[in-house]
Amino acid sequence: MFSNLRRKYDFTDYILWLIGATLLIAIIYGSFVTLSSGKYTTEQWLNFVIFGLAQGGIYALIALGYTMVYGILGMINFAHGEFFMFGTFGAFFVAEALASSGFLESNPLLSIIVMLMAAMIVSATVAVLSERIAYRPLRRAPRLVPLITAIGVSYFLQYTARGFFGSGVEAFPNVPALAGVVQLGPITMQRSQIAVFAATGILLFLLWFIVSKTKVGRAIRSVAEDKDAAALMGVNVDRTIALTFALGGIMAGAAGVMYGLVFRQVAFYMGFVPGLKAFTAAVLGGIGNLAGAVMGGLILGVIESVGPSLFLEGIGIPSPHQLKDGIAFTVLVLILIFRPSGILGERLSKRA
Amino acid sequence: MQKERPYSLLDAATLGLYGGIAAIMIALVGMVDAFERKDIIADVVTMSQVLLSAMAFTPAFFAASRAQRTRGKGISLVAGAVAGSIAALLVALLALAIVPLNLRAVFVNATPVLVNELMPGDLEGIIGAVVLVAAGLVVGVIAALLTWLPGVLRRATIISLVSVTLIALLADVIAVVIPREVDRYIYRSNGLSVEGAITVFVVILVIACLWQVLQPKLNRAVANLPESRRQVLRFVTTIVLLALLFAAPALLGSYLSEVADLVGFYIVMALGLNVVVGFAGLLDLGYVAFFAIGAYTMAVLTTPELPLVRSFIPQLSFWAALPLAVLAALLAGVLLGVPVLKTRGDYLAIITLGFGEIIRLLVLSDALKPVMGGAQGVTGIARPEGFGLRADTPQEFYYLILISILIAWFITARLKKSRLGRAWMAIREDEDVAAAMSINLVGYKLAAFATGATLAGLSGAFFGSKLGSMVPASFNVLVSINVLAVLIVGGMGSLPGVVVGAIALIGLPELLREFNEFRWWVYGAVLVAMMLFRPEGLWPDAVRERELLEDHEPNVIDEDPTGLAKDATVPT
Repeated sequence: MFSNLRRKYDFTDYILWLIGATLLIAIIYGSFVTLSSGKYTTEQWLNFVIFGLAQGGIYALIALGYTMVYGILGMINFAHGEFFMFGTFGAFFVAEALASSGFLESNPLLSIIVMLMAAMIVSATVAVLSERIAYRPLRRAPRLVPLITAIGVSYFLQYTARGFFGSGVEAFPNVPALAGVVQLGPITMQRSQIAVFAATGILLFLLWFIVSKTKVGRAIRSVAEDKDAAALMGVNVDRTIALTFALGGIMAGAAGVMYGLVFRQVAFYMGFVPGLKAFTAAVLGGIGNLAGAVMGGLILGVIESVGPSLFLEGIGIPSPHQLKDGIAFTVLVLILIFRPSGILGERLSKRA
Repeated sequence: MQKERPYSLLDAATLGLYGGIAAIMIALVGMVDAFERKDIIADVVTMSQVLLSAMAFTPAFFAASRAQRTRGKGISLVAGAVAGSIAALLVALLALAIVPLNLRAVFVNATPVLVNELMPGDLEGIIGAVVLVAAGLVVGVIAALLTWLPGVLRRATIISLVSVTLIALLADVIAVVIPREVDRYIYRSNGLSVEGAITVFVVILVIACLWQVLQPKLNRAVANLPESRRQVLRFVTTIVLLALLFAAPALLGSYLSEVADLVGFYIVMALGLNVVVGFAGLLDLGYVAFFAIGAYTMAVLTTPELPLVRSFIPQLSFWAALPLAVLAALLAGVLLGVPVLKTRGDYLAIITLGFGEIIRLLVLSDALKPVMGGAQGVTGIARPEGFGLRADTPQEFYYLILISILIAWFITARLKKSRLGRAWMAIREDEDVAAAMSINLVGYKLAAFATGATLAGLSGAFFGSKLGSMVPASFNVLVSINVLAVLIVGGMGSLPGVVVGAIALIGLPELLREFNEFRWWVYGAVLVAMMLFRPEGLWPDAVRERELLEDHEPNVIDEDPTGLAKDATVPT
């Protein structure tokens, strides 16, 4: 009876190892070729890393929402990238109004705070409404049902935005105070990237504080642990779950503002790919784990910005930057196959 | 099941609020403006009016029927009126707010034109708003009166109302099939004529009533027949159905055959995905990858372009490339299946989605351009020919697709009843228990994946050949979602459901040109609504239905599916 259990590896594992080894050799070989050719200077590599970290900070903020919802409901909220997209639109309209009144130029810091507030409110509202209308009634349904619902919510929100705001790509207003670069020793940083680092750091601290030090945070953690027991202890489970969605939405909204400031564009379809990458980040760090989501986001951002030049170019692939997204998805696939519990998350892996 | 609590007017108001919000979304998304030019009854009723009225009618109908159940007929009228007028009030407020608040700065569709379209007739401002609310109230009362009717008549009325709308929308299509005299009587150049609408309504009302009365008797009569007779009956129905299907292109004409072809591609794909998702319970969101592999194998093997490939492999004919395309998809299914099967549930969905995107990015990249044609795609794909025949027109392709549907249907129907099918269903219901019953999870899951991939490859090969040229943009994740939506609307695991779903989700939007822009918006809403209210689909599979009903605790989907009304009373 136990022979099945004792047979730990089957033929699929050997195939997997083969795939893994091939990829590893390709990566090492590619990196070696690129590095020995000396095509890029150290400063260029540093800039790649800085760019990757800024990008990764945005992924991290979105990933937090995925991870919190997964931690509390055990469900992948496929629509989370759409919350982020709505946040960017919220910030965009406020920014346009501020720019046309000249306030953006005279009071940049205050303007950015107003934009953040607007984006957070919009994203959190969309998140809470989605939870109430679509997810709450299905909390005890079979597993596939909420996931399919989330896919539906995602497309509904995406095309609502298309209908509401138009199908074109809009240019995010320029914030003059964030234009230009700062020289820090050998590193050249764009001011907008510095703003992203600062804001991400503050938000992460606030989130950490809420989750680990406040009563609300304790409620969230207790519901994540055991919903029924939490309810018996007097925690309002429905409200706590809604609050988790709101917190995730707030983080996604902030990420939306960052995205707008760094990439300077908004479009209705912009939520999908960053959403998927943020999910990758969440899984990379260990889904259900807040610190893991941040770490995963930063690592993914760096891999994505360094990867094409480092190993793809080395193998001799033409125009490697086209495959930037491909790298992120490959990381996703590899992590899910080889270490679904991620780097930091052990406890939750049994749910996957 | 808990006892139904008496219905309060606050509940009716909440329902009306939902209807109003839905109406506002419809207006702001641009549907009202798009459908204003589509007349249902020529010069009398437009599609936007029908749509907006439906947003008042539906909540009023539900409010009234619930009120009637618990509080009686009088209250039901009030409930309907409240729900209807509140829905209309929201629309009126939107119409009043658009210009003063300059909503256009945010919502591209919030134009003064929209205000005119929302307001009844040529009325403006407060007067228009009051008339609009009154109209909502009337619609609500009509909905409430409808709930007084006996069940048969009530259902028949609703069926007829929906049918009249559909018949008006599908005017171009139906006009092709019906005799010219009938056409001239019921249709004008824009929508139905008044007398036509009334005639259609009455005819369908009568048919629907008769059907509801006769159908149970008919069923009983069939059930009482001896088994041999029933077999004969089943045989005859199948033959008649097949004969109709084979005669269809001659009746349908070129345009409708084109649409039928498209529906056919999706039916074959959905039959394949049905094995993966419906039978084995593996949610595959990268299904489009196999479709793309089938299509691209066909393209690369049969095109005269791509000199690099031609220097290795000679240019093949369609029939030589077809088995290779199917084989390539099958191989890809096994290859992608191996790593994917290590994960389960949600992760499986995401990992397949990742794979689908990777394949699309690879096809699109410059790196594989000499082999795959890059972003420009491939042209000059071979058409099926043989015996001196060549499939060029949509009608000729129809037969090939029909045959592939029949093959796919036969294979999946037999698989479902086989040992393999039962093993899949066991895996779907509980993987661990299935493994304990010594079902080889890896092997059976691989089999499901490979079957699904094969059918997608088959569909893709025909798709590529029919288009004659292809670009990577046709293979994005939306196709996977499309196929999944077909399955869900039809009913997962159910073969007739696949056909119903494909006709409803692929055929209808194709025929309703005005609707096409809002297709994905409606799909999203439909997916959510199906999961909330009818997770088993329109034509459910018996086993799957039982499973879903068991898993749902009875009080989860109760009288207040959104849980909003219940929470409104909880102090926070």
